[in-house]
Amino acid sequence: MSELLLSGVPRRALVLLAALLAALVAFPLLVNDYFITVLILILYFAYVGQAWNIMMGFAGQLSLGHALYVGLGAYAAAALYVHFGISPWIGLGASIVISAAAGAAIGFLAFRFGVAGVYFAILTIAFGEFARIGFDHWHWVGGSAGFFLPVANYTRNDLLYLRGSPTMFYYLFLGITVAAFVLCHALLRSRAGYYWLAIRESPEAAQALGIDIFRYKMYAVTLSAAMTSLGGVLFAFYYNNLFPEQVFHISRSIELILGPIIGGIGTLFGPIIGAFLLTALAESLHEVMAAFGIDVPGIKQVFYGFCLLLVVMFLPDGVWPPLARRLGLGRAPSKRSEG
Amino acid sequence: MPADIYLNVAVSGLLTGLVYGLMALGLSVIFGVVRVVNFAHGEMMTIAMYLAVALFANYKLDPLVMMVPIAVVLFVLGYLMQRGLISPFINRPEHSQFMLLVAIALIMVNGLLIVFGPDAQSVQTSYSYDSFMVGRLIVDATKVYAGAAAVAVAAALFAFFRFTLIGKAIRACADNYAGALVVGLNVKSLYALTFGIGAACVGAAGAMMAVLVDVTPPLGPAYTLLAFVIVITGGLGSMPGALLGGLLIGITEALGGLFFTPSAKSMFAFGLLVLVLLFRPQGILGKRPS
Amino acid sequence: MAALLAVEGISKSFRGLRAVQDVSFEVPQGEIVALIGPNGAGKTTCFNMIAGVFRPDAGRVTFAGARIDGHRSDQICRAGIGRTFQLVKPFAGLSVMENVMVGALNACAGVREARDRARQVIEQLGLGGKTDLLAASLTLPDRKRLEVARALATGPRLLLLDEVMAGLRPTETDHMVALFRELNATLGLTILLIEHVMRAVMALSGRVIVLHHGQVIASGTPAQVTRDPAVLECYLGEEAV
Repeated sequence: MSELLLSGVPRRALVLLAALLAALVAFPLLVNDYFITVLILILYFAYVGQAWNIMMGFAGQLSLGHALYVGLGAYAAAALYVHFGISPWIGLGASIVISAAAGAAIGFLAFRFGVAGVYFAILTIAFGEFARIGFDHWHWVGGSAGFFLPVANYTRNDLLYLRGSPTMFYYLFLGITVAAFVLCHALLRSRAGYYWLAIRESPEAAQALGIDIFRYKMYAVTLSAAMTSLGGVLFAFYYNNLFPEQVFHISRSIELILGPIIGGIGTLFGPIIGAFLLTALAESLHEVMAAFGIDVPGIKQVFYGFCLLLVVMFLPDGVWPPLARRLGLGRAPSKRSEG
Repeated sequence: MPADIYLNVAVSGLLTGLVYGLMALGLSVIFGVVRVVNFAHGEMMTIAMYLAVALFANYKLDPLVMMVPIAVVLFVLGYLMQRGLISPFINRPEHSQFMLLVAIALIMVNGLLIVFGPDAQSVQTSYSYDSFMVGRLIVDATKVYAGAAAVAVAAALFAFFRFTLIGKAIRACADNYAGALVVGLNVKSLYALTFGIGAACVGAAGAMMAVLVDVTPPLGPAYTLLAFVIVITGGLGSMPGALLGGLLIGITEALGGLFFTPSAKSMFAFGLLVLVLLFRPQGILGKRPS
Repeated sequence: MAALLAVEGISKSFRGLRAVQDVSFEVPQGEIVALIGPNGAGKTTCFNMIAGVFRPDAGRVTFAGARIDGHRSDQICRAGIGRTFQLVKPFAGLSVMENVMVGALNACAGVREARDRARQVIEQLGLGGKTDLLAASLTLPDRKRLEVARALATGPRLLLLDEVMAGLRPTETDHMVALFRELNATLGLTILLIEHVMRAVMALSGRVIVLHHGQVIASGTPAQVTRDPAVLECYLGEEAV
C-alpha cells in the first residue's frame, strides 16, 4: 500500500510535504482565531476544489453546478440533526448517498444522451438552479428564510455533534483535505486514474483500447459528487445556517472552481495552491480596503474575476505546473505532474 | 379563473418573449458565426439596462428612444471584446474559452454592483401604467411598444444578413471558415463585427427590458442562463429558432408563474432545457450537427 | 486454418453515399492479410465496422465464432481485437509509458503488471529511450510506433493496422515489417492491415484483398493480385492496362 503511494515520488517532494503538514498541524497553536477562520476557508475550497477536480481534471467533464452537491450534503446532515437529533457522523452517510445519487443521475442523463462539453456544463447549471428554487420553497428545511442549527457553546468541543470551536473545525477540514489529497494521489496511479486521463485526452482512442467510457465517467461523477457533499456537511455545522439563495447559487459553483483552475486543473496540488492564493489575496485585499475605510460589496468578486482572467489568458495550465518545475518537482514539461 | 386571465397572461408573456427572443438572437448570431459560447451575454444585457436607467434618471430620455445609441455602445463593447480578448482563444480548448467569458461575466456583474448598488432601479415613463384594450384583452402599453421594437430590430437584422454584402460575408464565415479565408475575407474583422452585432442586439433588448422590469445586478447571470435555454430550445445556430424559443419561454414563464408561485417560474425554463438537451439537442429549428 | 475473423456481406452508407457495398472476406487464424485499394475505396470504413465504431447497415462480422457487429469498440477490444487509427490519436498529455500502460491495463490485472508489460512492448517497438517523453513531443514515425505499441499492449488476438507505414523511411518500414513477422511467428498474432506502401504489403501478407468503390474486386496472394487486370485498371486507369 505504501509502495503504491510512495513509489516514484521524489524525495524532495516528500520532505516538503511533510514540512507543510507539520506546519499546518501546528498552525492553530501559533495564531489567533481570525487566521484560523481564514485557513478554514482555504481548506474548504481546497477540499471541494479537489473533489471537483476529479470530474474535470481527471475525467474532463466541466461541471458548473457543483454547489448542488455541497448544498445537498449540507441540508441532508443538517436536517437529520435538527429534526431527529442524529449525529452528523451518521448523517453524512445520507449526505453522501443523496449527493452521489444526484451526481449519478446527472451523469447518466448526460452520458446516455450524449450531452457533452458546454451543453453538459449548462445542464449542470440548470440542475443547480433547480435545487436553489426548489429548496427556496421547501419549508421542512426552512425554505428561503433559511435553516438554522442551534448555535454551539464554543468553549466545549462536542465532536459527536460537531459543535465546537473553530480550532476543532480546522482540524476536521485539515483532515478531509489531507485525505482527499491522498485519495486523489492513489487514484491517479490506479487503473481508474489512467483510464480517466485517457478518456480526457482522447475518448475515441480510449474506447479502442477497451475502456468502457460510460462506466468510468459515471465513477468520476459519482465520486466527485460524494466527496463534495462531505465538504457540505462540515460547511453546515461550521456556519450553522443555510440559505438556498447562498448555498445553491451559481456564484458558489463558480467560486469553488476558481481554485483548481487558477492552481491547475488535473494536478494534485493545483486546487490547494489555487485556494490558498485566492483566499489569501482576497482577505488581504479586504484588510487593505478596511484600513482605508472602503467597504464595497462586489470588490472581492471583481478581484476573483480578474485573477481568473489573467490565469486563463496567460497561465492556461494554472499556477502550479510552472511553480513545480521551479521547485524541481514534477516532470518537465508535463501536464500530468506527480504533485 | 376566467379564460381572459390566461389569455392576458399568455399575450403578456408573448410580448416579453419577443424581447427575450431578440436577446437570444444576439447569442445565436455570436455562436453561429464565431462559435464562441458567450457566457457574459446576460451581463451585457444588464449593462444596457443600467445605461437606459441612468440616461432616464439623469436626462429623462426614454429607453425605447435611446435604444439605438445604447445598441451602438454595446456594439463597440462587443467588437472590442472579440478583437481584444476573445480572438486569441478561438483555437483554444472549449473550456478555456468558456472560463474566459465566465471571468468577464464575473467582472461585469460585480462592476455593476459596485457602481449602481444592489437595490432595484426602474424606469417610470409617461406610459408605464397605460394599457391597451383589444376586445377582451388588456395589454400593457410598455409590453406592446417593447415587443414592437423587438420585432423591428429582428427584422432589420434578418434583412442585414440576407441583403447586405457584409451580412453575406459573415454568413460565409459561419458556413466555411477556411473557404472564407481563401476567398480573401478578413475573418478576424468579420468575427469582431459579428460579436458587435450580437452585442448590439442585446443592447437593444436591454433598453426594451428596462421599461418592463426592475434592474438589479443579479439579472445578469439570470438572463445569460435564460438566453442559453432559449437558444438551445429553439435551435443553436438558427435565427428563427432563437425568436421562436424566446416566444416559447416567454409564454411558459408567464403561465408557469400564474399556475405556481412567480418565483418558481424559471424552473419551467430549466425543465424545458433538460428535456430539450436529452431528447432533441439540436433544438426545435436547429439542424442535426453533421 | 479456421477463420478468426469472418466478414460477410457488410455494407455501409453515409447519407446516400455508399462507402462499402456487400464486402465479404475472411482472415484465417495466424495469417497476415492486407486490405488494399485506391483512396476512398472503403478500407477504413470496413475497419471501423469491424472495430465497432460503426454498425454495418447490413451483413455480419464474426470473430472467433461469435458475432461482433454492432458491439461497442471497447467491447470488441476486450474480445481480442486491437486497432490503430489512420490519423494517430496519442494521449498527448501523457508520456509514452503512460500511453502504453493504458493499453496494457486491458490485458493485466493491476497497474504494476501493466507497467511491466508496457515496458516490454515499448522495447519491441524501439521506443525504449523515450518512455518518459510526452506523446505530444514525439515525431510522426514515433507516434505511429506508439499507436502500434498501445494496441499491441492490449493483448489482442487480431491486430488491425490502419496505414501504419505511411510516412516511415524504408529502413523504418523494414523494421516494422520484421517486428510484425516476428509477432506473427512467435505469438501467432493474426494481422489485418490496410496499406498503401506496397513494399510492406508484398513482404508481409500471405493474402491480399483489393477494394474499389466499396466492393471487393480481387483477392489472392500478393503475386496473383498484382497481376490481376482489374486491380491494375483501378490503380492505373483503363488506358494503362
